[in-house]
Amino acid sequence: MTIKLEERLAATLARLILDPAAPPARHIAVGAASPMPAAACWLVKKQGHPIRLSLLHKRSGNPFSEGSRELFDLTGQGRIDLFFLGGGQIDGQANLNLVGTGEWPGGSAQGGVRFPGSFGSAFMYFMTPRTILFREEHSPRVLVPQVDNISAPGVSAPGVFRRGTAQALVTGRCVFAFHPDRARFSLASLHPGETVESIRAATGFDFDVAEEVPQTPDPTEAELALLRGPVCDEMLETYPEFCARVFDRKLAA
Amino acid sequence: MNAPTVDALAATVPDGALVALPPDNSLPSLALARALVRRGAKRLRLLGVPVSGFATDLLIGAGCVAEVETSAVSLGEAGFAPRFTAALKAGTIKVRDATCPAIHSMLQATEKGIPFMPLRGIIGSDILRNRPDWRVVPNPMGDGVPDPIVLLPALSPDVALIHGAMADEAGNVWLGRRRECATLAHASKRVLATVERLVAGDMLEDERLAPGCISGTYIEAVAVAERGAWPVALLDEYPFDAAHLSEYARLAKTEAGFAEYLDRYVLAPRAQAAE
Repeated sequence: MTIKLEERLAATLARLILDPAAPPARHIAVGAASPMPAAACWLVKKQGHPIRLSLLHKRSGNPFSEGSRELFDLTGQGRIDLFFLGGGQIDGQANLNLVGTGEWPGGSAQGGVRFPGSFGSAFMYFMTPRTILFREEHSPRVLVPQVDNISAPGVSAPGVFRRGTAQALVTGRCVFAFHPDRARFSLASLHPGETVESIRAATGFDFDVAEEVPQTPDPTEAELALLRGPVCDEMLETYPEFCARVFDRKLAA
Repeated sequence: MNAPTVDALAATVPDGALVALPPDNSLPSLALARALVRRGAKRLRLLGVPVSGFATDLLIGAGCVAEVETSAVSLGEAGFAPRFTAALKAGTIKVRDATCPAIHSMLQATEKGIPFMPLRGIIGSDILRNRPDWRVVPNPMGDGVPDPIVLLPALSPDVALIHGAMADEAGNVWLGRRRECATLAHASKRVLATVERLVAGDMLEDERLAPGCISGTYIEAVAVAERGAWPVALLDEYPFDAAHLSEYARLAKTEAGFAEYLDRYVLAPRAQAAE
């Protein structure tokens, strides 16, 4: 059975979650409409790692008892170790734009496109020790030299309270590592079929490249078995379309 | 109990009011939103608590809205909110962007009767640059090291529109663990609620029901609206109607399609009878 891109991305995200060089991930929150980050978290959990998962927007049930502000209160207290964010635009300093392109607030009569909005990003990006950025579309439209509008900045001025920022950016083509000390990405690994040149052509921002850039490893047989079995079991209710498309599994009627 | 009708409650919401609505996963009263469309409400200012969903897009499409304060507007898996996007492009609504915990915090300030709440993060975001009502001050409790922090003003909606599972004779409304609706109720000048059913007695006398209640202290009026959250979910009572949201998203792409949707589901006598 061939490895699907979604399976590769989920396994790649899972390895980043477990990166021993990063602060520990004991409690991970996953936002709405994030099937691949959710699959990665379930993979880590099904591998036997003792993590607490708070999945927002489950169709039934709910990890919170204090309403939707509890996620932000937990994060403010420092109890959420890892969160995932994306963006309609992401730039080379890991600034995120979830608002829109063109003049603020995006999509006005003057032009540009309105995205849904910033959600909690302007808080979560600061207050979580690490964030994994995920955006499957890897194109100059998304990965831009400079975002039109900043929902949440990648780095902050000295003195501004901040627990962390982006650890990495995972796309459908590659993995970038983020270096907050110099506010730049470096190319960490290439998915199959990609080269440094193809990544440069598809990326609007400048990034650092080491002499040797490794391939993104394939998911192992064990990882694939977990993804297609117990991980899919956990995801069927919330992400039926994803599970049908990627794992060819449907919720029993 | 002689409960008023949904349309009678909607008639008490004045044009221009600041109307708070929870998002699709958190018990907005769609029955009241539809009734506001029927009554032809104008120039409403909507507040998403902390984001906005289907009810907001519906009210915008029907021309009821002048301004939206929110952290995002989305139909979830059904995609971008089409009437919101179109109104922004046409310049017929104003958007005041926020971020989720800021909206919770502004309501909590009102809940506590204090003028502002501090919140971490946000500094360096263009949200802050576009919110002259949000201030950055040095942490007054700090130990002398630079520590700028954002202050958010207390926010008090004129009316909150929520849908609960049930209301009792004492006027308490039960909506389980969606406690953001409780904060919203505490912070709002008026709360209009719809519920699936009325029950006898006083739920605050029941240890198991009391934690999921909003006390009648905060509730101005309750109307019965069966399936009043539809097409969004009501806790474990009925699920999100994804097929209906997809139909809405498809129709609402155009003004004509949106008008067809209103005719079929909001303005039709059948819809009125159901509410």
